[in-house]
Amino acid sequence: MLHLFCPYCQELREEDEFHYRGQAHIVRPKDPESLSDKEWGDYLFFRHNPKGIHHEMWYHVSGCRRFFNVTRNTVTYDIYETYKIGETPAVTAKEETE
Amino acid sequence: MSRYSVFSLFKHALSHHENWQKVWRNPTPKDVYDVVIIGGGGHGLATAYYLAKEHGITNVAVVEKGYLGGGNTARNTTILRSNYLWDEAAHLFEHSMKLWEGLSQDLNYNVMYSPRGVLNLGHNLQDMRDIERRVNANRLNGIDGEVLNAKQVKDICPLLDCSDRARYPVLGASWQARGGVARHDAVAWGFARAADSLGVDLLQQTEVIGIRRHEGAVCGVETNRGFIAAKKVACVTAGSSSLLAKMVGMELPIESHPLQACVSEPIKPILDTVVMSNAVHGYMSQSDKGDLVIGAGIDSYTGYGQRGSFPVIEHTLAAICEMFPDVRRVRMNRAWGGIVDTTPDASPIISKTHIPGLYFNCGWGTGGFKATPGSGNVFAHTIAKDEPHPLAKPFSIDRFHSGHLIDEHGAAGVAH
Ligand SMILES: [Zn+2]
Repeated sequence: MLHLFCPYCQELREEDEFHYRGQAHIVRPKDPESLSDKEWGDYLFFRHNPKGIHHEMWYHVSGCRRFFNVTRNTVTYDIYETYKIGETPAVTAKEETE
Repeated sequence: MSRYSVFSLFKHALSHHENWQKVWRNPTPKDVYDVVIIGGGGHGLATAYYLAKEHGITNVAVVEKGYLGGGNTARNTTILRSNYLWDEAAHLFEHSMKLWEGLSQDLNYNVMYSPRGVLNLGHNLQDMRDIERRVNANRLNGIDGEVLNAKQVKDICPLLDCSDRARYPVLGASWQARGGVARHDAVAWGFARAADSLGVDLLQQTEVIGIRRHEGAVCGVETNRGFIAAKKVACVTAGSSSLLAKMVGMELPIESHPLQACVSEPIKPILDTVVMSNAVHGYMSQSDKGDLVIGAGIDSYTGYGQRGSFPVIEHTLAAICEMFPDVRRVRMNRAWGGIVDTTPDASPIISKTHIPGLYFNCGWGTGGFKATPGSGNVFAHTIAKDEPHPLAKPFSIDRFHSGHLIDEHGAAGVAH
């Protein structure tokens, strides 16, 4: 059972109050009509699937009903930080900063 | 390889079963292979077997970082069926089902294929409409299937609460009589033994740490036991597929999640069929040892930890207790998780890649065991001919850019 700290409620709550919403920081295409099939496919279906540090979006469905981001380790399930939409994570994987 | 038969059993009984031949060799890696298969689970071993048997390619190695059949092959709930909705998936899984029917004879190894029938329950009107649609589609594809009403379901499975006061009322079910179960370990061992006897090298405790390329094409794998050269490299590593793809700078449309299952203490026979319910997320069968084998769901979030979240298993067991009130006080013996590779359309990827000589067979998600022989069979063809098998063609990775998805979320069994 994960414990997530909702940055809006400012409270540590149990996993089943939340819904997982997938990889964080995916930018919606600015000019959708000019996208190639390749770019559409990548945008819709291809997600990072790292073994280690992962930035992901969660939804506090049984609480404030707001979205926020989490930096989590996908092997140990340690949660390094939670942060509001629009903020940048403090913890990143080595290869992301390269 | 000495063949198993009632006579060999007799003969070895005379020497107290102490002189049985080792089931497979434990060879040292050769310098170069025609094909290296990464992943020694059911699908990888089946691929090796069909490469050798049907395509005459015997200079093959299966490299496995742990032991044979120790991943999801050992962790699944052993259910076999082919009642998928869309033509592409139905043909692929039915191809597999036909191979199951003769597999023990083909491998000379008892995989304990038991066609005890599979019920997929409907709990509301929409479930029943979906079931009718799926069964009709199955029959048009030549796959056996029937729509049953509640009374017929009760006749097949008296253990199930089909009464009016059930928490999850049973309105009916789809029934595939040829579906059933097989012994998961025996499947890996049978394919391993048969492949080994045709000359395939099974290299255990051999972990791939890199995939080497020469002028763009694959030329071998770096392992913890040194470099192994190969003309073709085929990746069959389920939940770890993204990690292998990353070694060559590829991304796959795959997310890895833990999927859980559990078994009870062994009890007397009470359930002689397989019961599945997508709506409430519980499915159960009984093994020959007497354990109730129960499949739970996947964690919603991605993860490589081979354990699942407790609320997931709690949710499934709550449903099982409502569906089968008689088993409420049965204790669970073990629960575990395996890392499954889910795709956006809940269909697998059996594909060539943009890198010459590199092939992927992955994305089986929560339902790969039933496909083991068929998957290996069409993947072996794809590798041998460097051309997709007709049944594998729709499952190319290209579909995520062309848009030809094969949406099997309805028939996949475990929601994701
Ligand atoms: Zn909140």
